[in-house]
Amino acid sequence: MPADFPTALVLNAVVAGLLLGGFYAAVSVGVSISFGMLDVVNIAHPAFVILGSYIAYLVNDRTGFDPIAASIVLSPLFFALGMLIYRIYYLCFEKRGQESLRGLAFFFGILFITEVALVLVFGVDYRMARSAYSDTTWRLGPVDFPMRLVVPFLVSIAMVIGVQLFLTHTFFGRAVLAVAQDALALRLMGVNTFRVKEFAFALSIATAGVAGAFLIVIQPVQPSIGREYIGLVFAVCVLGGMGSIWGTLAGAFVLGLAESFTSTFFGPSWAPAVSFGLLLATLAFKPAGLFGR
Amino acid sequence: MSNRAFAAVAFASALALIAASQLVTNDYYFSAAYTVLQFVILATAWNILGGYAGYVNFGSAAFFAVGAYSSVFLYKAAHPPLIVMIVTGTLAAGLLGLAVGYLTLRMRGVFFAIATLALSVVLYTFVVNWDYVGGARGAYILQPRDLPFGLKRYIQVLYAAMVLMAAFALVVARTIETSAIGRGLAAIRDDELAAECAGVPTLRLKILAATVSGALMGMAGTTFPYYLSYVEPSAAFNLSYAVNSIAMPLIGGMMSWLGPLLGALLLGTVQQVVQVTVSSEWNLMIVGVLLVVFVTLAPNGIMGWVEAWKRRRK
Repeated sequence: MPADFPTALVLNAVVAGLLLGGFYAAVSVGVSISFGMLDVVNIAHPAFVILGSYIAYLVNDRTGFDPIAASIVLSPLFFALGMLIYRIYYLCFEKRGQESLRGLAFFFGILFITEVALVLVFGVDYRMARSAYSDTTWRLGPVDFPMRLVVPFLVSIAMVIGVQLFLTHTFFGRAVLAVAQDALALRLMGVNTFRVKEFAFALSIATAGVAGAFLIVIQPVQPSIGREYIGLVFAVCVLGGMGSIWGTLAGAFVLGLAESFTSTFFGPSWAPAVSFGLLLATLAFKPAGLFGR
Repeated sequence: MSNRAFAAVAFASALALIAASQLVTNDYYFSAAYTVLQFVILATAWNILGGYAGYVNFGSAAFFAVGAYSSVFLYKAAHPPLIVMIVTGTLAAGLLGLAVGYLTLRMRGVFFAIATLALSVVLYTFVVNWDYVGGARGAYILQPRDLPFGLKRYIQVLYAAMVLMAAFALVVARTIETSAIGRGLAAIRDDELAAECAGVPTLRLKILAATVSGALMGMAGTTFPYYLSYVEPSAAFNLSYAVNSIAMPLIGGMMSWLGPLLGALLLGTVQQVVQVTVSSEWNLMIVGVLLVVFVTLAPNGIMGWVEAWKRRRK
């Protein structure tokens, strides 16, 4: 190792990358469910994340309540929103067998409407939520552990593991996995797949709402930054192999590290190209993902 | 109507529109018409790949920006005449379209759509970091002072160029639609595997459609720097180009060249009116809401209604 090798810089980049990766997992786990398991191409997922950010901001701004705790309390709201959207999607597209092209356009429209609605209500200024730990940082030798990254990291990992446990250890969760495997077989066995998919989609939107609170704790939020996450969530999802929760976690860490190193050594303005570049490369050369079946 | 007759009619109407514009004195109308026509080109071009072949392109903004930025580049390098910029930008965007066409080799449906969106962000990042064309700060472009054909203001030149380009785009789209290429693309849209088995050269047709579609979208962007006099990445890569170029064919109808034209004229005009009378945020809101409403309630667009109405009369 050369003498001037920036050990501290690398260590900090690794830690920041892992912490960021945990957050990315929370943003992407919903897409792993909707896109990976249910075949619902919800490209509006990041818009719901931003909506979650603004709701957490609103609660935090008015009452001083912790944004992450607020979002967990309010997650049933997002669950209900998810149910509503899936119902519309099912009636208008899935039932008629037109989900591919028109379903995509539908979610693209939802993404756009959410973004513009947020601009109309809150304006285009950056908003930030305050919490008890926003300004504290742990130092371990040369390495920084900013609390505004550590707390979202811990809660997201807990959420992702919770989703995985729910899917593998409960009756309803296993039903979701079964729909992902073979929806037709399930229907032939007399299962109402609509109910199962509706529940799973609603769950995915609920995770988006909570992830939104993480986002506004980590950085200031503005309505249009949701677009930057479209590439990210699909990159994580495809990289991890569609519909695998552990794969999503691994893909999120890969992307977090890649982005953190890019912004440390090349400058933050190159960071968005990483996730989208990785996504393009994965799609073009290894469509089954790193951990795909 | 034969393609040659259609082309004659299209260009004759274009010339008539340019001649008629001599009666207009208010500059605002030129700039409004310019914007609407720009959307006519984008919608028509998008429909060649999206409507005829069924490959959804979310990256319209990237093609548009390639056209715009190739003009910025040429402006910085040599100040060539407008026509050189238009041709160069069209070719550059066509090359990008060619690359996107090769993507369809491996990606179908949703994955293709997401890849085009990703492409748009990657290009955006490159332009933001490319200082020669202004980077994140943007670039100032001065409109040329000497005007051809005794026109009085430069916006009239841009308007005339836009009218001719729109006519050109419509002629190209209709020629493709009525030829064997169009039938091949329709076969791909309905069932790509079956088309391949029936001997349709699917890859060649898809690459052709992607290239032509990309080139035309780029063409719409080539005059953008002169129109605004100032180009920045977030303006050239604006998501509203992508949304509009999808919404307009969906609202008009995607099966023929008339659909995108109708959709663009309707939605483009509504947006101009709303932008002036209410606000530019509301104008985007209307596009989004109309897109969702049409896609859920009238999946075949306005042309779908017309077809249904014709069938009922028989």
